[in-house]
Amino acid sequence: MADRSTTDAHVTPLISMRSINKSFADVKANDQIDIDIYASEVLALLGENGAGKSTLVKILYGFYQADSGMILHRGEPVTILSPHDAREQHIGMVFQNFNLIPAFTVAENIALFFPDLDAVVNLKQITHQIERISERYNLQVDPTMFVMDLSVGDKQKVEIMKLLLSDARVLILDEPTRVLVPHEIESLFNVLDSLRADGYAIVLITHKMKEVLEIADRITVLRQGRVASSLPVIEASEDKLIELMFARKVAEFQGIERHELPVEAEALLELRQVSTRAEGAQVSLKAIDLKVYPGEIVGITGVSGNGQRELADVVLGKLPVSSGSIFLCEEDATHFSIRSIRRKGVAFVPESPMAMAVAPYMTVIENMAVPQIWRYSSNGGLMIDWEAIKQDYSASMDQLGFELPLYSLTRSLSGGNLQRMVIAREMAHQPELIIASYLTSGLDVRSAIAAREALVQARSQGAGVLLFSDDLDELFALSDRLIVLQGGSIRGRFTPAETSYQEIGYLMTGSGASNVHGS
Amino acid sequence: MEADNKRRPTAIMQKIFSAITRYLSMVVLALGLFGIIIWISGKNPIVSYRELFGSTLGSWYGFSEVLVAMTPLLITALAVALPSRIGLINVGVEGQLYMGACAATWGALILFNAPAWLLLPLMAIFGMLGGALWALIPGLLRAMGLVNETITTLLLNSVAPKLVAFFVFGFWHSSMDTNKTPNFVDAARLPTFFGTRIDLGLVIGILLLIVFWLVMKHTRWGLEIRAIGGNPEAAQRNGVPLKVYIVAILCIGGAIAGLAGMALVSGYYGVLLTGFSRGVGFIGFLISWLSFGDPIGIVLTSFVVAIITTGGSMLQLTTALPYAVINILLAVALFVVLSGINLFPKRKTA
Repeated sequence: MADRSTTDAHVTPLISMRSINKSFADVKANDQIDIDIYASEVLALLGENGAGKSTLVKILYGFYQADSGMILHRGEPVTILSPHDAREQHIGMVFQNFNLIPAFTVAENIALFFPDLDAVVNLKQITHQIERISERYNLQVDPTMFVMDLSVGDKQKVEIMKLLLSDARVLILDEPTRVLVPHEIESLFNVLDSLRADGYAIVLITHKMKEVLEIADRITVLRQGRVASSLPVIEASEDKLIELMFARKVAEFQGIERHELPVEAEALLELRQVSTRAEGAQVSLKAIDLKVYPGEIVGITGVSGNGQRELADVVLGKLPVSSGSIFLCEEDATHFSIRSIRRKGVAFVPESPMAMAVAPYMTVIENMAVPQIWRYSSNGGLMIDWEAIKQDYSASMDQLGFELPLYSLTRSLSGGNLQRMVIAREMAHQPELIIASYLTSGLDVRSAIAAREALVQARSQGAGVLLFSDDLDELFALSDRLIVLQGGSIRGRFTPAETSYQEIGYLMTGSGASNVHGS
Repeated sequence: MEADNKRRPTAIMQKIFSAITRYLSMVVLALGLFGIIIWISGKNPIVSYRELFGSTLGSWYGFSEVLVAMTPLLITALAVALPSRIGLINVGVEGQLYMGACAATWGALILFNAPAWLLLPLMAIFGMLGGALWALIPGLLRAMGLVNETITTLLLNSVAPKLVAFFVFGFWHSSMDTNKTPNFVDAARLPTFFGTRIDLGLVIGILLLIVFWLVMKHTRWGLEIRAIGGNPEAAQRNGVPLKVYIVAILCIGGAIAGLAGMALVSGYYGVLLTGFSRGVGFIGFLISWLSFGDPIGIVLTSFVVAIITTGGSMLQLTTALPYAVINILLAVALFVVLSGINLFPKRKTA
């Protein structure tokens, strides 16, 4: 198969989707979409949020059925009504949230995925198969390891192996690099390279322009449910792709101008030797020392699940401190309630807005009112001034350039709009300290820029920002200082100028790099 | 904004229409299933139903008895509905009602010389305090994250009647009987209306439901309660004091249940009798869940249940059907409502 010539493969695409239409209620998610997927090629699907990328691949993988249109396998029409059908057509998909059972070993997880698993599972033979494949494609994972002990990158390798061993020829990867640190991304791309050389067809969904240009052979850009353009990578450039995604030029986000902080400035937030006790799946924080000054953005990074959520929660007052103390504007806030901390001007943009920021069955404006309700209620709570609420939050949305339906159920907002809503809400009252976790996740380039600019603006007005992110581009562009968390402790403190992506990446994964700079 | 205003009337009509169809089909289905049970037990279901409705809705007296039976149901259902709005399951209304009745009775016994305008409000306050304190125990345990309120409220139900019995047998019983107090003085009785047994408790119940609706709809507390009910995690992060609400709302629920107990002893009975409630608190629980905690739903469902229970007593007298079949009818109604969630799926909000 590896010897099939490229030109030959280009004559008949492995998979073609023709005139795909799909609507959800009033929204046309896919509008007459045509795409071709060739063997020995990486096809990148690019587009802003809501452009229809996920819908399209979910139709291909049988999660949704298209309202009209057809799917061709080597030129023959096929019907794909379920993921099971898709797998029969040798189509496989790796989701953003992996479908692995943590308490099983790698081999057991892969065995579970086999369509015709024997009644008596021959793990030895499966292990052998895994080893053969791992060697061939650089997917080194020990088949006897438990999945819970694997890093995110290794879990992804297991997912890819699952597909390879079940004879998939078309691999769909939904934002595979989102969860990876830089050196893991590199090794993923190596894997994809060797898969491509062996005739596999790869469909890559991503937001990240640089990766597209690095790995893809062809790029299909979707815009508002339609194909804006399909082009080979040699004809593409970052500017051109952005233009295709948005149909007009978007100013590139420039990052911040760094300035020296006054030496004697009073810290807005100070954590002194703060530790917490872990409950359930939490990570315990260990002796965290941290200061945030007015007018600076402190970027905090780490592989997810290394204490980021706990650190945000401890500052917000949700997680009790087991030892150490927290000061807000030089005042001991260790035992403050969440409301008192919020009244001190602390804004919070959580990592998962639907779960952590809003009640889905309340309207947008009601959800906006909740955190600051003490500003708008009178007579001890008997009356609420809805007019003032509307004015304040409309002003905040105008400033950010967001448009949101104030009187719709929050549940009906798309992921991106929900994130916009939370950002508009938290920025509405000139916060002193902003805790922002994954500020731009789920936002398209334009909204991400608006959100980042809002942070920078707040910074220039003297607010302090604690920015949690795993997007190193974002952190290097925005942060005055960078902190790496690993296993609940601070592993490194840098200014972006003193460090590199590689160094941060190694610290995040806890490997090597002992040259921890002082604060 | 304009589009919203235009859409509202039709949305409200749709809501009313779907509510009516829901309740009607519930009633029809429940009556149908129950008819089969009557038929199996050898009685004519049509005759039985004519008896049941004739004895209740057929005369002013029958109707007034329905309203009398409905009074404690309204109040106890509210005592369940309020905590349910922040996701708390208050199974303990029965016990809170006993404690309320007990405290109110204590007030009536020690202040028997006071005039009605002073005594009745005091008894109401005593009753509410009794219920609230009884609910404080599960409230605190839940807020501290120790025990789920469903278990504690349920268990306390069997303690409360024993405490009442302790006071009645030990201290308060009349010289004639050991299981009840002397009859209350007139000043300790709720006023009745129209020469029937309908008392002020009905008015209090309706007023409480209106207040409940207004609070939920228009006040800061209602907003915060809805925020907690919708997503406790988010509400907490947004600064809503979750633990305060858990304790306060359970106590208010207990206070409402205590008020129901006060209304029963001061209005319906005029005396504190051990074991007087016969499960009113549980029926209130049922009604609250049958009506999804909605105030109008509570009124309608209480009314229907009151017809069934008062009519059931009549049925027992005239057709020799045992009273227990009424429990079957209630159970059938609950079954229909629970399955109704699938029968009438919510329409997508456009």
